[in-house]
Amino acid sequence: MEVNLISKEKLSRMGSMEKIRMILDSVKEGKIVVLETGLTPEEEAKLIEVTMLEIDHENFVGIELESYPQKEKSIISRILGKKQGRLTIIGPANRLKTLEKREDLIRALIT
Amino acid sequence: MGILSKLRKRLRFFYRLFLRKDRLKIGIYGPPNAGKTTLANRILRDWVGEIIGTPSEIPHETRRVKLREGVKIQVDGKSITIDVVDTPGIAAKVDFHDFLKYGLSEEEAKRRAKEATEGVIEAIKWLDDLDGILLVMDATEDPYTQVNVTIVGNIEARKLPLIIVANKIDLPTASPARIKAAFPQHQVVPISALKGINIDALYKAIAEKFG
Repeated sequence: MEVNLISKEKLSRMGSMEKIRMILDSVKEGKIVVLETGLTPEEEAKLIEVTMLEIDHENFVGIELESYPQKEKSIISRILGKKQGRLTIIGPANRLKTLEKREDLIRALIT
Repeated sequence: MGILSKLRKRLRFFYRLFLRKDRLKIGIYGPPNAGKTTLANRILRDWVGEIIGTPSEIPHETRRVKLREGVKIQVDGKSITIDVVDTPGIAAKVDFHDFLKYGLSEEEAKRRAKEATEGVIEAIKWLDDLDGILLVMDATEDPYTQVNVTIVGNIEARKLPLIIVANKIDLPTASPARIKAAFPQHQVVPISALKGINIDALYKAIAEKFG
């Protein structure tokens, strides 16, 4: 099982659709993707939308996506309107299963 | 996100703040089988004497957005008219094998799965056209799912007023407190849409939050 860990720096250089395409291409190849800073809620919704379009009901049935909830924003980031994503793990729904998720803990099973 | 999109969201926020509409579109959201259609039916039965759909134990029973316009809710002398938007359950995976155990044929299960994927897309797109959200969660289940976190994040990003409905409190394992602990920044109203338990508290919350 290949795991791709994508750094904050690389993610900051990518546009939303570029990130989504990279994630889905990897996941459809059976890889697990770990994003250091995660996605914004809008990007997560877009990822779900594009995933739905690409489900073929045979080889790809969707994704398992887990991230820590967003923390309360600081005053500066509130003023700047900057969202801070948190570590996110994404994989094929038939190979990655979340066992437990809490505010600061994600336990997952990869098969 | 583009500047135009950001500007549109900001304008919509100020529009909602200062130019209140006579009628508000309220979306009922949540994961599959949380009781969204049961809640929509409860609201419509109580205020207009009809239903919007047939709930089922098979996930993704609602696969198209359903709209009932002009539902007038009156609570403590306050009245609010809403358009009820019942949406398909949001999920990140749709596997037709999951439907086979409910006795569906493979052909039916595949058709249902295809329609379900289209329904999820439609539900997400509707977020841009709503004035408020009732987010329905099954109080017997762990609320910390990614679907719930993603929906809440999107509602917050759009600055839409939100009430979390902790449904199925008639069941012995229900724990609305777990939902309150998971989303402490939002109002949580525990109800049973099926039995009508505490439904008046929800109508009061709707009138106060969206009115």
